[in-house]
Amino acid sequence: MTRSVIEMRAVGKRFGKLAALKEIDFTLAEGEVVGMMGHNGAGKSTSMKVILGLIRPTSGQVSVFGHDPAGAEANQLRLRLGYLPENVQFYEQLTGFEVLSYFARLKRIGNKVVAPLLERVGLAPAMHRQVKTYSKGMRQRLGLAQALIGEPRLMLFDEPTVGLDPMATRDFYSMVDELRGRGVSVILCSHVLPGVERHIDRAVILGQGKMLASGTIDELRHSAKLPLVMRLRTSRSPDALAAALRGYGAVAGEARNGRVELQMPVAAKIPVLRLLMADSEVVDLDMEPPTLESLYAHFDGMIRESAGVESAVSATARATQGEPA
Amino acid sequence: MRNLTIVAGKEFRDGLRNRWVLAITLVFGLLAIGLAYFGAAASGQVGFTRVSTTIVSLSSLAVFLIPLIALMLAYDSIVGEDEQGTLLLLLTYPISRIEILAGKFLGHAAILGVSTLVGFGVAGAVIATFSSGAPLGEMAAALALFILSAMLLGWAFIGFAYLISISVTEKSKAAGIALVVWFTFVIVYDLALLGLLVGTGGKVGQGVFHYLLLLNPTDIFRIINLTFFEAARTQAGLASIGADAAFHPLILIGALVAWVIAPLSLALWIFRRREI
Repeated sequence: MTRSVIEMRAVGKRFGKLAALKEIDFTLAEGEVVGMMGHNGAGKSTSMKVILGLIRPTSGQVSVFGHDPAGAEANQLRLRLGYLPENVQFYEQLTGFEVLSYFARLKRIGNKVVAPLLERVGLAPAMHRQVKTYSKGMRQRLGLAQALIGEPRLMLFDEPTVGLDPMATRDFYSMVDELRGRGVSVILCSHVLPGVERHIDRAVILGQGKMLASGTIDELRHSAKLPLVMRLRTSRSPDALAAALRGYGAVAGEARNGRVELQMPVAAKIPVLRLLMADSEVVDLDMEPPTLESLYAHFDGMIRESAGVESAVSATARATQGEPA
Repeated sequence: MRNLTIVAGKEFRDGLRNRWVLAITLVFGLLAIGLAYFGAAASGQVGFTRVSTTIVSLSSLAVFLIPLIALMLAYDSIVGEDEQGTLLLLLTYPISRIEILAGKFLGHAAILGVSTLVGFGVAGAVIATFSSGAPLGEMAAALALFILSAMLLGWAFIGFAYLISISVTEKSKAAGIALVVWFTFVIVYDLALLGLLVGTGGKVGQGVFHYLLLLNPTDIFRIINLTFFEAARTQAGLASIGADAAFHPLILIGALVAWVIAPLSLALWIFRRREI
């Protein structure tokens, strides 16, 4: 049984009239990597700030490593915590080395960790240059190095791959895998995380301060019932394919340049594949399972729709009541 | 305590690195020597004049300059870090808000303190070497009092700068407010007092008036440096009224210390309550 590192129970946060978080229940186990997704204003940053102890929730309970993150033990907790804020700009006039050693000393760790950390994020050649000469990607790497100071047991990354080139993004994800291997809990927070699926255990989707969905990618795919997309290169007409595969719930789109797009339930994948493999007219085949982004779009669309329906209903109700009988 | 010295050390090193310390020291030193040498130019002679004259004219210039330098030095210390995102990051470190602000204050106070001490101190030594007349002891005491009150004045305005820096969310706004604060304390307040004095036909009680002067750190600074020199009163304008009140120098220094503590404590209080 793994201990939970973060526990949030019915957490709500109001800023005046605005409810930034509503009834958030969330747990994070030791060594678990969770992707937290949501559009701007969905409550990602507020959730992070609550976990970091920067703001207190107006209702509900939060505990991090078993303590209140905004309470008396906060400083002890913070020694075990790494955070990469969104868009952080470090002290421009200092060198990368100086920036990192400042933060390392604040975390009560000496200067000897600084050079290895900069090495690890690939900034070693630039460590004695001023931060103002750094590119966006280099600054992001410096932020990453900063979050890694003191080998924290819980890491929170806010938009970690923004500004990173594909190579650096890959390096970042392999670092996340390595952290998980060492039992570090990680929250990756983003509105878009291309290619993140393989590196997270669970995804949490936030919208308008509420938790819209939470689970493994497979669970989310299952509950969203999003179709699997197959693209075929074939001389067969879409109608013929649709007729042959109707029994599996597959739908065919229009033929375009000798290609046909099929949409089907995920469960129909193997039987449909068997049929298509046996068909000599099918020359090539591409498959695309629902991505995290399409899942996110689906859940996010649901809450927007339901909000739209609610306001439509209340508008109708008002109209009906207002009408003289 | 450790965190305090880490933050203070960084601020002080920043001050050395971006030449604040050097610039302030040079400005103060050259100002003092220049005034001492050319101070008597109006009466047709050039050369080092009496120390008392020098300090009186120096204090009437420094009273404009020191608050401005202090505000420029520190106005963006919190709002600047807020804008670049490092404040949010710092707050996730094992350091309290009090330690952040107090550490910054120690660093900035050291920058201004060292510059004041070295700038005016070296100038004082030069003047002492070349001028004749006043006994060395009396001169050193006057200079020491001048330097001490100048430091306190600067520190008070660093406190104001923090108060501004914590209350706004944009650097440009902080700069604007800092300018208004400077203008209010250095110029408007005295003009308003003069207006009050003239407008009421001098009916404002002398006692009340003395205490009104204590409500402005720049006036306290003026009074401190005037009371030391009886002879200079004729040139001193409004503050000579304060000098007449014969506040004990210790009371005046105490009032200036209170002006250092009050804005700083208020800034700490607001900073602790502020949501990020």
